[in-house]
Amino acid sequence: MAEKIAYELVSPERLLRSGEADMVVVPGTEGDFGVLPGHAPVISTVRPGVLEIHDGNAEADQIFIAGGICEVSADRCTVLADEAVPVVDMDRADLEQRLKDAEEDLADAKTDEAAHKASIAAALLKDMLQVAR
Amino acid sequence: MANLKILKERISSVASTQKITSAMKMVAASKLRRAQEQAEAARPFSERMSQVMASVAGGMPKSDDMPKLLAGTGKDDTYLIVLATSERGLCGGFNANLVRAARSKIQDLQGEGKKVSLLCIGKKGRDMLGRDFSNLIIDTIDMSAIRRIAFSDATPISDRVMSMFDAGDFDVCLMFYSHFKSVMEQIVTEHQLIPVAVADDGASALEDGGTYDAEPGEMEILADLLPRNLAIQVFHGLLENAASEQGARMTAMDSATRNASDMIDGLTLTYNRARQAAITTELIEIIAGAEAV
Repeated sequence: MAEKIAYELVSPERLLRSGEADMVVVPGTEGDFGVLPGHAPVISTVRPGVLEIHDGNAEADQIFIAGGICEVSADRCTVLADEAVPVVDMDRADLEQRLKDAEEDLADAKTDEAAHKASIAAALLKDMLQVAR
Repeated sequence: MANLKILKERISSVASTQKITSAMKMVAASKLRRAQEQAEAARPFSERMSQVMASVAGGMPKSDDMPKLLAGTGKDDTYLIVLATSERGLCGGFNANLVRAARSKIQDLQGEGKKVSLLCIGKKGRDMLGRDFSNLIIDTIDMSAIRRIAFSDATPISDRVMSMFDAGDFDVCLMFYSHFKSVMEQIVTEHQLIPVAVADDGASALEDGGTYDAEPGEMEILADLLPRNLAIQVFHGLLENAASEQGARMTAMDSATRNASDMIDGLTLTYNRARQAAITTELIEIIAGAEAV
């Protein structure tokens, strides 16, 4: 395939990654979708999941994103993510520890606000654990 | 001789002040670099965000069930002003400029018979506006514990604004912050947060004039996008403000340091003159005494 699609992965704090790829697979709220060059323009919300960047014959780059928005036009794909962590950098033991901490926080949260915060954190960590190797 | 002693004390006191100001300048310079990098790194996101906002909002037919965050409540009777200032002083006219802009806006709005409430970020704004508008300030958000502004510091503020908006506490929300143009120049900026100011030129963001497909639906996307956009705008404002604060402080401390060294030069000159005069007087006395014998 000669044509490539330009992609950008941006978090509120910085531009995380940009480049060109053969295909980008985005975890949309209504299901994963692959973006190839010439894709119809779409704006979609993104659920917490794994963004895959396929380029050449190399193994796909997998990046966990914690929800956001994705904008696709014919030649580019922009993902605005709340938080992004490459899957290879995720450490199962560390995540399990953090999940445990979050659940403890949830158990002894005194205010509704604190409980809400802890439950969001726990849900996110569970999502991350699912994709971590 | 008392005069000489006083001069000497003043010189050393100015010199120690100079040490402090030049140290503060160095600290501000290094903080500035970090703050500036952060502000610049955050720009792509907010730019993309407004592009997406514009293309979603622009592609939508005008209807009555538009989200209120985008369309407004249809009134503009009550205003919420979010004023971002610094936690600390000694940064030249930084806070004074922000407060002046906010104050004149408040007075204008009140002159038109609107109701205004104030949300201060940073205690300097509260201190300065508290004298005139203490009954308008609903709360102050303390940022003093935060060393490096993260996105998670901006979300509580935007959540707060959102919940107040949902409760119908205000119709229009304005944010005042300082835009970082350069170390020498920070521009006080008034930014309308709610209703969202979309660059609505009617044209589609796509080159071929087509519109985007929305998934799941335009309404759902807007419902997700608008609060997110608000948080981003607040975050962006905070970052710009932090960079501006350090820039203003660096400039102020630089001129204070220079001022101090001018003062030391002047005082040293006076001191040397006084010392020489004292020596001359002593000599005259000795010679006069010798002659008298």
